[in-house]
Amino acid sequence: MIDLVSFIPSAIQQGIPLLYGSTGEILTEKSGNLNLGIPGVMYVGAISGVIGSFLYENSVPRGEALNPLLAVLIPILCSLIGSLIMGLIFCLLTVTLRANQNVTGLAMTTFGIGFGNFFGSSLNKLVGNDIAAIEMSRTSSYFSAKLPFGDSLGWFGKIFLSYGFLAYAGVIIAIAIAIVIKKTRVGLHLRAVGESPQTADAAGISVTKFKYVSTCLGCMIAGLGGLYYVMDYMNGVWSNDAFGDRGWLAIALVIFTIWKTDIGILASFLFGGLYILHTQLPSGIEHKELVELYKMIPYVVTLVVLIITSMRNKKENQPPESLGLPYFREER
Amino acid sequence: MNQNKKEPLFRITKRTDIPPHKSWIIRGVAIVIALLVCAIITTLLTKANPIEVYSSIITGAFGTTRKTWITLQNLSILLLISLALTPAFRMRFWNIGGEGQILMGGLATAACMKFLPGVVPNGLLILIMLLAGIIAGGIWGLIPGVLKAKWNTNETLSTLMMNYIATQIVAAFILYWSGKQSSGKIGVINPDDNLGWLPKIGGIAQLLPVIIAIIITIVSYIYYNYTKQGYEIAVVGESDRTAKYVGMNVKKVIIRTMFISGALCGLVGFLLVGGVNHTVTTTIAGGQGFTAVMVSWLAKFNPFAMIFSSFLIIFMGQGAGEIATAMGLDSSISDILTGIILFFVIACEFFISYKVTFKNNKKEEA
Repeated sequence: MIDLVSFIPSAIQQGIPLLYGSTGEILTEKSGNLNLGIPGVMYVGAISGVIGSFLYENSVPRGEALNPLLAVLIPILCSLIGSLIMGLIFCLLTVTLRANQNVTGLAMTTFGIGFGNFFGSSLNKLVGNDIAAIEMSRTSSYFSAKLPFGDSLGWFGKIFLSYGFLAYAGVIIAIAIAIVIKKTRVGLHLRAVGESPQTADAAGISVTKFKYVSTCLGCMIAGLGGLYYVMDYMNGVWSNDAFGDRGWLAIALVIFTIWKTDIGILASFLFGGLYILHTQLPSGIEHKELVELYKMIPYVVTLVVLIITSMRNKKENQPPESLGLPYFREER
Repeated sequence: MNQNKKEPLFRITKRTDIPPHKSWIIRGVAIVIALLVCAIITTLLTKANPIEVYSSIITGAFGTTRKTWITLQNLSILLLISLALTPAFRMRFWNIGGEGQILMGGLATAACMKFLPGVVPNGLLILIMLLAGIIAGGIWGLIPGVLKAKWNTNETLSTLMMNYIATQIVAAFILYWSGKQSSGKIGVINPDDNLGWLPKIGGIAQLLPVIIAIIITIVSYIYYNYTKQGYEIAVVGESDRTAKYVGMNVKKVIIRTMFISGALCGLVGFLLVGGVNHTVTTTIAGGQGFTAVMVSWLAKFNPFAMIFSSFLIIFMGQGAGEIATAMGLDSSISDILTGIILFFVIACEFFISYKVTFKNNKKEEA
């Protein structure tokens, strides 16, 4: 049987990057922008943070202790700036220059993954170091630091208190976004922009501003997911393509949660669990191919959810009405 | 109070008509600027002379006869995938599932290669492989098509999910076939007797994809411009209400077009497995299903223009890979450069569709 006390924490650790990614993408999609660049943005968010911590670690001599505050703040800030730039590129192209969102997003994914892999593998070479591997263990230890009393509380501590601070931040951000979208005036305006930009525009809401802000914020949140993955989950070790298809899985989660970030919290943990469920199969099994079929489950489930929501055609479970469509006031 | 509101700095108007040569000039300028930016970035990263960088890009792509043929083969494959996605795009169906459709086509082809030799003669085997590839790819395209036609399921998202389902199915079959050794690879199929390997025309293995790409380019052009089905695709793309009003069966058009789109992707899978790799892996499509979306769009869904856009992408990728290896850097720099070029070309489309008039140019009297 599955050992739940050790399985749940690893499912949650897998789920946190997905949670960040899907929260960011939901916020973006609520404004009607379908940003398929999220996988790239998450790579950029991760590598920007790594570059930040790389520069900081290199500036502090080996023996000396790092300043804990700087060790945490510099990577986070760099990560946010990196993803913000990606968000601005997307908005500039799709909102201001009215380009096709699918094409722009895919171009961003190509660019972002290339950017991450290139700097991840060449960073040391570019500054003239001999070591090839990127290992930010010193700054990473602050990211993966657990709560001090987590160990003394048995299974409760393991399941609820054994994560780095970015994991909790992710949950808080998801709840906050859900409240903003559902309960506040700003959220109402945002939804209006995503559902019917013409109506929103006529009501005096600045469509451009909402699209810019929500997309850029969405990218910044998604980028933190990449940062969590490399600084906490991987303990500061970068390896190319290790992040894999998690960015696409985050987009799948958006559909699975029917565009609700609060559902996204549990759903991302569920997806995280499905993602590593195959590790729970007995190791000596006859049919190794089953492992691959287990990995298929998140995508099949998402597809089924997508089909069912479109079949039932309930208004509140649909994608934002203008999702993926550019808005141009003069065009009717 | 609003009466003396300031006039905006510039105004944007939609161009009604732009002569084709002018729009290609704008695109050309954008590509030149993009190449300059790429040169600056490569110079900064590698500290090499930009002229050297570009000359090594050219030798990377065309340095030897072999390299030229490989470039041409890669170009044909990317062009074929772009052509495959285009029928869907022309009716505004965002098929980003090329990756999965290629994989399923490739998987079906590989299955035939593995189990049919000995049962049927080689010529018939290749024909069966072709059919299997086309049908498997077609079915993988058909599913999102039916979903869209029946329940209006968002096709961008459904085709995206189908990609990963296909990847895992292929991964499962590879493990199943590789059996106990479970190296995760099946290796080259029929390495000794070369059964099911596509023929080398004139002794050049890379020629067949090139020929097929040329044929499909011409056929697509005719299909879009001179057939009833091509016209139906255009009308559905323009407005499915109009299509319904004139009595077209929109659902049928969507389903049929998606089958064609998937089938052509399956054909690429057949070429990749039977002709290029002689094996199947989860990465045979190598992300080109996504790249092709951009290639097709850059060419404004015009089959002949796609030759140029896919050339640009392949050329930069191949060349940048060469530089990176020479400098001991990671080859993913080519993705960065491709991304930059795409950003510029995407941005320049704006100046083709819209006219920007600045305030000072107007000098309004009133």
